[in-house]
Amino acid sequence: MNTADNVVEMRSISKGFNGVSVLRDVSFDVRKGEVHALAGGNGAGKSTLMKILQGVYQADAGEIIIGGKPTVINSIHDAKAAGIGMVFQEFSLVPSLTVAQNIFLSAEPLGAGGLIDDRAAVRRARELFAEMEVTVDPQAEVSRLGTAYWQLTEIAKALSQDAQVLIMDEPTASLARHESEALFELIDRLKERGISIIYISHRMDEVYRLADRITILRDGSRLLTEPLTNVTPEQIVEGIVGKKIEGELAYRERDRVDHEGAPLLEVRGLNAGRRVKDVSFALRPGEILGLAGLMGSGRTELARALFGIDRRDSGDILIRGEKVSLTSPQQAIDAGIALIPEDRRAQGLVLDHSVRDNLLLPLLGQIKRGPLLDSNKGKDLSSSLIKKFAVKVAHPHRPVRLLSGGNQQKVVIAKWLGTDPDILILDEPTAGVDIGTKSEILDMIRELASAGKAVIVISSEYPELLAVSDRVLVLKDGSVIRDIPRSNIADEEYLQLAVQGV
Amino acid sequence: MSKANTIAPRDTAAPRNIGTMLKDLDWRRYVIYIGFVVVFLFFAVLLRDQGFLSPQNLLNIFRQTATITVIAVGMTYVISCAEIDLSVGSVAGLSSVCTAMALSQWGLIPGILAGLAVGLVVGSINGALVSLLGIPSFLVTLGMLGIAVGVAQWITASAPQPILNDTFNMLFGSGDFGPVPGLVVWSAIFVAIGAVVLNRTKFGRQVLATGGNRNAAEFTGINTKRIKFQVLLISGMVASVAGMLYAGRLQSGRFQWGAGDELSAIAAVILGGTSLFGGFGSIVGTLFGALLIGLINNGLILAGLDSSQQQVVRGAIIILAVALARKK
Repeated sequence: MNTADNVVEMRSISKGFNGVSVLRDVSFDVRKGEVHALAGGNGAGKSTLMKILQGVYQADAGEIIIGGKPTVINSIHDAKAAGIGMVFQEFSLVPSLTVAQNIFLSAEPLGAGGLIDDRAAVRRARELFAEMEVTVDPQAEVSRLGTAYWQLTEIAKALSQDAQVLIMDEPTASLARHESEALFELIDRLKERGISIIYISHRMDEVYRLADRITILRDGSRLLTEPLTNVTPEQIVEGIVGKKIEGELAYRERDRVDHEGAPLLEVRGLNAGRRVKDVSFALRPGEILGLAGLMGSGRTELARALFGIDRRDSGDILIRGEKVSLTSPQQAIDAGIALIPEDRRAQGLVLDHSVRDNLLLPLLGQIKRGPLLDSNKGKDLSSSLIKKFAVKVAHPHRPVRLLSGGNQQKVVIAKWLGTDPDILILDEPTAGVDIGTKSEILDMIRELASAGKAVIVISSEYPELLAVSDRVLVLKDGSVIRDIPRSNIADEEYLQLAVQGV
Repeated sequence: MSKANTIAPRDTAAPRNIGTMLKDLDWRRYVIYIGFVVVFLFFAVLLRDQGFLSPQNLLNIFRQTATITVIAVGMTYVISCAEIDLSVGSVAGLSSVCTAMALSQWGLIPGILAGLAVGLVVGSINGALVSLLGIPSFLVTLGMLGIAVGVAQWITASAPQPILNDTFNMLFGSGDFGPVPGLVVWSAIFVAIGAVVLNRTKFGRQVLATGGNRNAAEFTGINTKRIKFQVLLISGMVASVAGMLYAGRLQSGRFQWGAGDELSAIAAVILGGTSLFGGFGSIVGTLFGALLIGLINNGLILAGLDSSQQQVVRGAIIILAVALARKK
C-alpha cells in the first residue's frame, strides 16, 4: 500500500517535558477506513502521541502529514479543521443542553434574523444518527442519558464536523457488554464509510475484534506496527508489559497465611449495581488479596460496595462469620473496614488543612475530653502516627497540599490506620507516587498483614500487585473469573493474559 | 435498523403511560408555574372580599414587581453561567442618584447616559475581576455591593436627589402607555429580549454551555472568559436601568433605592427554575418567579399582615419552593 492511502501520517515525532524525553522518533500512520489499535503500558507515550495529533501539545521534532499535505496542528481547532475528531469520555458535552444542541454547539444552524434554528439542528442530528444507524433522541437532555449515549453524541458531533479520523480512548471502559457490542458494530459501519479510527485499548479481545493493524509503544519508542493477523496475544502482552520488575517490587514470602482458619471477611454472591455481579470470596487474617482487572471491570465498585457507599442488591457480607449490613461508610468503619480511596486528593484529604488535622479527622472520638477536643492528646496522637509511618513533613502544622504525592498517600493510610481497622481496602495505593515511596508503602502493607489485618489491594500496576498479593482475584465485567494463588503466577505476562481472559 | 444497534433506551424510553410520563417530567422546571397557579387561586378565594382580583390590584402586582423582574432578567444570565451578582441592588441605587444629579445639571439625555455609565463601569469591573483575575464572583460582587452603595451615599451626602424632569419621569416608570403602566411595558421588553437572546442566539447558547460545563465549552472553541465578562456586564447594565426605573417612579434618586433587591432577584431566578449550578436558565420562569414573589407580598398586605410577618412568610415560601424544585 502506498502512502497516498494514509489519511494521517506522523513522522519521527519526538517530545519531551522539562528535559525528560517522553516520545523518541515515533512514526505512526493511519490508512483510510482502517481501525488502528494503539497499545502500550502506562507511560509508554500513547496519550502524549494522541495529544500531539489533537493539537493539545506540539511535537519538538517530526512532522504531521494529513491527506498527503504537511500540516501544522497548533490547537484543538487546527486538529478539527484537519478532520481529526476526538471521542472524549464525559468531557466535552454540556449536560444541561440537549443532544442536538451539543452536537452543533458553536456551529448552530441559523434561521431567520440570525436566530438559532433548533428545529433544523434536531433534523440534522436525526439524519446523523440515521446514518450511524443508532437510535438517539436528539431532543433529550444529555444529563438524563447513560454513558453509551454520551459517546454516540460525541461521535455524531465529530462526524458533523466532517471528521475523517476518530480517536477513541478506552471507549468501552464505562459501557455494559451489549453497549460495547453496539459500539463495535457502529465502528464497523464507520469503517465502511471510509472513516479511520485510532483505537486505544488494553483489551485484547476488542483489539482482535476491531483492529486491522496495531502499533505498540514502549517507553516512548515504537516497538512494532503490524497487521493483527501477524501478531499473537503473547507478543502484545510482552510489548505492553515493558520493563522487568524492579528489585524493590519483588514478591517477598511472608509468614504463611492460615488457610484453614476462619475467614475474617467473607462475601457470598454479592450483587451491587451493574458492575458487581455474583462476587464471592473469603479473606483470612494476615492475607493480602490483590484485585486485578481492566478499567471498568468492577474493582473500584466492589470496594465501594464493601465500604457501604454503593447499595448492595443481593448477597451477603460476613465479618468473622456474622452477617453484617453495610449501608453507609460509618457502618463499615464501625464494622472494622477502612477504605483508602483511589483519588486521594479528591476523596482522601482536605488539602488545605494541616497534616495533623487530616490525620485526626477520623479519630476525633479518641481525643475528646468532655465535649471539647483535647489538643495535647491530638498532638501526641498525630506525632506518633507521623513517626510510625515516616511521613516526611517539616511540621505537622503544614498544609497537606505541600507534601509530595507519596507523603500525601502516607497521610491517607496513616489516617485510616489510626482507627485500627481489621480489614483494609486500598484502591490504587501507589498511583502517582515515586518509586522509593512506592516500596515504602508496599512494605507498610506487608507489615499490616503480618500484624494480622486482612488487606485488599486494587491496582492496575501488575508488578505492584504481584509484589504484595498472596492471592489475586481477576475481575471481568463485574464477575470474578479467576482466583489464583500467588505461587501459581509465574510472571507479569501470566497475569496479563489472565486479566485479558485469553 | 437491526435490533442490536438499539442500545437499551433506559433513560429516554418513550413514555408508555401517564405514570411514566409524570415520572419523566422535570418538576424542577415547572414547579414555578404550578406554584404560581396554586398561590394565585389560594389568594383569589381567601381574599375575594379584599379586592384581590380587581384589575387595579392585579396591575399593581405587575407594577410593584417590574424593577425586580428587570434585574432578575440580567441575573438569569449570570446564574445560568454559574456565577452570581450581589451588587445589582446597590448598582440600581447608584444609578438612580447619578441619573438624578446629571439630569438636574445637564438635562435628559446626559442623565440617562450617566445612569447607563454606572452599569457599564461597575459591570466591567466585576466582569474583569472575575474573568481575568479569576476571583470568585461572589466575593467580587459582595465587595462591589458595599462600594456602590457607599459611593452613592457619599456623593449625595445621603440626601435624596429630586427629579423635576417630567419627560424622564413619564418615560421611566411614572407614566402609562394607554391603559398599560410604563413599568409593565419596560419589564415586558426586557423579558422578551432576554428570552430570545438566551434561547435563540449563539451568545445565549454559549452562556448556557459555559455554565453547564466550562471545559466542554472551551473545547468547543468558546471563549468562556469573555462570556463570563459579558454576563456580568449585562447584569450591571440591566441593574442600572432598573435604578432609573426607581428614579422615574419615585421622582428622585436615592442611595437606598434597590437596597436588598439582589436577594429578591436571586430568589426570583431560582424559583423560576434556573439552575444555581449553571447550565440551565429560563427567562419566562424568572418572570413568573418575580410575579410569584409580588403576588405573595400583595396577598399578605391585603390579608392584613404587617411587614415583619410578611418577611417571615415570604422567606418560608421561598425555601419551600426551592426545596420542591431541587435536583433529585
